[in-house]
Amino acid sequence: MKDMDADGYITEDGRKIGGVVMEMRNITLRFGGVVAIKDISFDIREGEIRAIIGPNGAGKSSMLNVISGFYNPQEGEVYYKGERRPPMKPYQVAQQGIARTFQNIALFEGMTVLDNVMTGRIRQMNAGLLSQAIWKGKAEREEVRNREAVEKIIDFLEIQHIRKTPVGRLPYGLKKRVELARALAAEPSILLLDEPMAGMNVEEKEDMSRFILDVNDEFGTTIALIEHDMGVVMDLSDRVVVMDYGKKIGDGTPDEVRNNQDVIDAYLGVAHD
Amino acid sequence: MPDQLIWGMEVFLNGLMAGVLYALVALGFVLIYKASGIFNFAQGVLALFAALTLVGIMEGQVPFSHLINAVFGTEIHHFGWHVPALLAILLTMVVMVALAWAVNQFIFRHLVGQEPIILFMATIGLAYFLEGFGDMMWGSDIKKLDVGLPQGINSAIDEVTYNIFGYGFFIDNLDLWATLVAALLVIALVIFAQFSKHGRAMRAVADDHQAALSVGISLNFIWVMVWSLAGFVALVAGIMWGTKSGVQFSLSLIALKALPVLMLGGFTSIPGAIVGGLIIGVGEKLFEFTIGAPYLGGATEIWFAYVLALIFLVFRPQGLFGEKIIERV
Repeated sequence: MKDMDADGYITEDGRKIGGVVMEMRNITLRFGGVVAIKDISFDIREGEIRAIIGPNGAGKSSMLNVISGFYNPQEGEVYYKGERRPPMKPYQVAQQGIARTFQNIALFEGMTVLDNVMTGRIRQMNAGLLSQAIWKGKAEREEVRNREAVEKIIDFLEIQHIRKTPVGRLPYGLKKRVELARALAAEPSILLLDEPMAGMNVEEKEDMSRFILDVNDEFGTTIALIEHDMGVVMDLSDRVVVMDYGKKIGDGTPDEVRNNQDVIDAYLGVAHD
Repeated sequence: MPDQLIWGMEVFLNGLMAGVLYALVALGFVLIYKASGIFNFAQGVLALFAALTLVGIMEGQVPFSHLINAVFGTEIHHFGWHVPALLAILLTMVVMVALAWAVNQFIFRHLVGQEPIILFMATIGLAYFLEGFGDMMWGSDIKKLDVGLPQGINSAIDEVTYNIFGYGFFIDNLDLWATLVAALLVIALVIFAQFSKHGRAMRAVADDHQAALSVGISLNFIWVMVWSLAGFVALVAGIMWGTKSGVQFSLSLIALKALPVLMLGGFTSIPGAIVGGLIIGVGEKLFEFTIGAPYLGGATEIWFAYVLALIFLVFRPQGLFGEKIIERV
């Protein structure tokens, strides 16, 4: 990827990466006296898989929470689709088309897989309360259309067999997949994945990697993901941001990052004199 | 057919319809509990407040007239107009929505993430506040509510049963109407909760706040919506009970009758509230008829529901339709 101009470029495997869709400028986030993120800037391009990596406590999850509106940074600006984004509530960010998953999985345990994924379509439903209450006209048409879209995603992620199962009964790996399905159902312009492979065995990790690549390939979804498993990230992503103790210590292609001395030090440790 | 059996059938039918009225109140509890995990002790007072407001608007009463008169030494009580029932019901609904907003804005928004017992205590406080507020706003005298619902014996049923059994059943028109309205309300609510965007969002909020936020659901909006729905159900219950026995303080005590209904039906199930209400309504009437009055000296209706609920608590604590608690270890 040599020609990284403003309009984008073509990757080695032939995918088209577009212009910048989200840009973080000089973000600083504090919790009382603790600085979780210190003056970090980076961007996310349309259609790419962008990873944020770093050791535990580096501030990766905080960064993701800033993007998804769960935290509002004290300093810095967030630009989304070329416009500066004012401080927002998480649900407003979601309505703008930024979907996410959680490290510890946040699904509606009492609802079925199908209902869980349907909640992801909230953004695509505009029928008024009254129309919904009498279940006619727009509400009915919307429900049918959204149901079709959801079934497609359920097929795509190979969870047809558990469609009607309450999520609370599913094993961990499947829950992760259902959460991905719900985020995907929103047809997001950016999909945020918080440690999508945490706590998985090798086989499950391979499955999840495949789904992430397929989603990106099939729907052209922009994906930003956090992971501390270096190996997985290097195989998956187009560009990588490396964080350590709240600071950015590297940013570039997996190869560039791999050979960055600061990154090597952070991961392998370095002797301080 | 023996007389006893025919009377028993009449008692059964009346029990069914009394049960519908219990179910109406229980429904309000279930709605709020499902969406916010709050057990709303104020539901009964909400019904009283709705009925008071409805009567006040219909009669053209000046709100807070006692207060105004006491402070300014005036003698105003009525605007001197009468509002038609349908318009008054709509206006009352507007008041209930405003109340829902205020309740969320000033109380429950600040208690997000608190223990259920604290939320419960807050609803007890709300109940007492609303009781006094309703009194202050509309006065504490017993009022007659008449929104034009037919009352008195249903002559058609009386005639038909007389021709069949040689004994006419006494079925009140109002009870028939209440049954019809409650049935429609329940069907609408079930469909709304199961298959609509906001209904699904409501269930989602009850399940996990963070996850709900992440898919774009505004918690505040859903809570106001749920309290408005509960207000609406309270209004319907208030109209039915108010028409039956006058709008007075004791109206708020029907909430206590809803408790055994909920224990039977389960706190999380809308159909459960209905079936629970029917079982209690029929059960207490039949028990009074067959055992209570002849052998126990009567008045068993007062306690029968609670004893039944107690038995249920022992054998099936989640109720008939409640969600069974499955915890993975």
